[in-house]
Amino acid sequence: MTDVIATPRPADTPEEGGVKGLFAKYVALPGPIRWMTAAALGVLLLSIVQEISGEGSSVLTEPGTSGAMLRFAVPILLAGLGGLFSERAGVVNIGLEGMMILGTWFGAWGTVNFDSPWAGLVCGAIGGALGGLLHAVATVSFGVDHIISGVAINILAPGLTRFLSDQVFSDWEGGSITQSPRAVGLPKFDVPLLAGQGGSTSLLGELDDKDWFFVSDVAGFLEGAMQSLSLYTVIAFALVPLSGFVLWRTRLGLRIRICGERPEAGESLGVNIYLHKYIGVVTSGAFAGVAGGFVAMELAGIYREGQTLGRGYIGLAALIFGNWRPGGVMLGSLLFGYPFVLALRDSTGLGTRALLLVIGIALIAVLVFSVVNRKWTDSIIAGVLALAMLIWWSQSSTAPNWLPNTMPYATVLLVLVFMSQRLRMPAADGQIYRKGG
Amino acid sequence: MNQSILRRVALAVGAPFAAVVFAVALSSVVLLISGNNPYNAFSDMLENASRLETFVDILNNATPLYISGIAAAIGFRMNLFNIGVEGQYLIAAFFAAAVGSAGFVVDLPAPLHVAVILLVAMSVGAAWAGVAGALKVTRGINEVISTIMLNFIAVGGVIAWLLVEFQDDSGASNSGTTPLAASGRLPSLNRVLETVTREIGKGRELTGVLIIAVVVGIGYHLFINRTRLGFDFRASGYNPMAARAGGVPPKRMIMYAMLLSGAVAGLVGMFEVLSDKGQYSQSFVRGIGFNGIAVALIGRNNSVGIAVGALLFGFLSTSSGILQITGSATPEIVEIMKGIIVLSAVVAYEVVRRIRLRDEAKSAAEATERRDDSVPVEGSEVPA
Repeated sequence: MTDVIATPRPADTPEEGGVKGLFAKYVALPGPIRWMTAAALGVLLLSIVQEISGEGSSVLTEPGTSGAMLRFAVPILLAGLGGLFSERAGVVNIGLEGMMILGTWFGAWGTVNFDSPWAGLVCGAIGGALGGLLHAVATVSFGVDHIISGVAINILAPGLTRFLSDQVFSDWEGGSITQSPRAVGLPKFDVPLLAGQGGSTSLLGELDDKDWFFVSDVAGFLEGAMQSLSLYTVIAFALVPLSGFVLWRTRLGLRIRICGERPEAGESLGVNIYLHKYIGVVTSGAFAGVAGGFVAMELAGIYREGQTLGRGYIGLAALIFGNWRPGGVMLGSLLFGYPFVLALRDSTGLGTRALLLVIGIALIAVLVFSVVNRKWTDSIIAGVLALAMLIWWSQSSTAPNWLPNTMPYATVLLVLVFMSQRLRMPAADGQIYRKGG
Repeated sequence: MNQSILRRVALAVGAPFAAVVFAVALSSVVLLISGNNPYNAFSDMLENASRLETFVDILNNATPLYISGIAAAIGFRMNLFNIGVEGQYLIAAFFAAAVGSAGFVVDLPAPLHVAVILLVAMSVGAAWAGVAGALKVTRGINEVISTIMLNFIAVGGVIAWLLVEFQDDSGASNSGTTPLAASGRLPSLNRVLETVTREIGKGRELTGVLIIAVVVGIGYHLFINRTRLGFDFRASGYNPMAARAGGVPPKRMIMYAMLLSGAVAGLVGMFEVLSDKGQYSQSFVRGIGFNGIAVALIGRNNSVGIAVGALLFGFLSTSSGILQITGSATPEIVEIMKGIIVLSAVVAYEVVRRIRLRDEAKSAAEATERRDDSVPVEGSEVPA
């Protein structure tokens, strides 16, 4: 990943006025507030579009959608956090997809074999960690190119799980060479007071029923996110601040990060670079494994061959989008997970059509921002794409049925088109390090 | 001197050999654990491979894999990871099949008809890969991510969208493009092979695309080793900074490599489009793109090496059938073997590379010592 050029961000002067100044002030805000503002703006945009599009597009913000949005973000989030540990230690991990596949199999196996979803979670992590260990042996000890090793793992993993399914699941009731028996995930709960279900009154539910523009939408969105929340989802999102804490506030984290920035400097200070790279990559595999376990146990309730759908790669895209930081990875996973939800829930195509308008408006925002910053190429691209989206939206009555399935991947590309060049990856990311070299 | 040549040959052949031995050993252990006799399994596989019909199967399997491996290798030669061969060959095969059965093209005479189909396949493959190239060159998006996303968009988006438009509505329930006329098909090579062997039975047909694969392989070898652009490719791969200083524009190289890789990738699906099936359908063969990457890695991006890798994978794929029949082992063992071979091959190559570097350093040191002995102490004017 040597093509992301590390350009130092110019120092923003707080005195500047207009859009630029506003943006500078926004960037200066503390992280959590920044994400909440971004999320609120997102919901505002969605509810405006919903008002315009009317009938059928309520799928964009109805309570069920936000709950599903969290669920579909989790595998991407965990894969992205996994990539964070690995790439902060200087090892590019394209093998996340393969490790995730191992996670789906071992997660389902653990759940069914020990009859406990907790065991499934742990087994998924172990399965993924084994894949991570393999990647670490190849890249750190043997110095194989990171991408080549990752690709090899992605080739090995589906073959291995297929073999294992044949050996194990085929003999179990309800299992076959391509799938496991049912493997149900962790218990679900409603957040007390704020969210309730089936007639029980709740604070956010009341607000949602008032039908006030935006306020009700936000309430509905939040309530949906807090209804029948799986413990697995909570654990995944708790790993965001935890990863940030470990990597930026502990000695271990500092040592892992120096492997990704200046391994020679670290070695001269007595840091065991190989060991910390191993820790980073194996942790990365474990995270990917947990992500895979989530896909099998929570999203599908069963292990099925090929069910990861490239989410490991999308996790990497979220990592890039998030500028190699946990909060950014989370935002990226929510953004990239959202289209998956529509693919599942939007049977009429009306919501996806409305999403075209959302993308169009977002592109206009990008256009304004680029013009203010005198980035003319960005402006032209954003302008043309925005126009195309708006024309498409206005000329169609519903989205074609292939669009929802394509949306997640197209969104990734679209976002990276505008983001790729403003980012800075760890300085020694992807480089092969030899002790004393 | 003689010994050092021997050592070099041993190193070159040793790495892939070691990888295969390692894979056989490891999968034997796996077979033993799962309660099968590895000796029976491997002897079944080898015995089966000695039959002429199996040989044809292996060649048929290896042909698209080889083309796919070359496509991946073109990128690898300059450290460009075109993971999107999968999407490129599928979208190319779809357009080739659709154009080949539409409009005036249908009425073209045989050689021209096939030529148009091939041309469409190569252009579409190149265009789809070119998108990833353009995104990398102009927007700095890593090609691994973009080609993977383009794979999903090609299959779930473009093909799903257009297949409905080009669907054969002659009543068949199979949702695919209209089957090609006889003029759009390549004849099988059975008669060519039969001149040196006995008659090929069991309805096996050796694909005519084999010739295209051979041409692609030779062309790739000549291009990389004998042309200026090929030299620039290799230079960019070894050392992009030095290549740039030497006047090789890096962005243009990336575009060329992606376009060329995509054009070759477009040919991968031809073995099915130009065959009796003659159409793109929902059940079109998938997965050759990813296996092609594996084959390119095993073959070290070398045209002969990739052929060996493709034949090996072709052999393994055909073997899963015989294991199924004899029941001496679970057929899925071959999938594991493929994975182990790839991973151990890349590790073995890296180890060999290290040994070579050490050898070179040693012989350089020896050479310097010898020269130091022959030159007087004050000889500071040692010719460079």
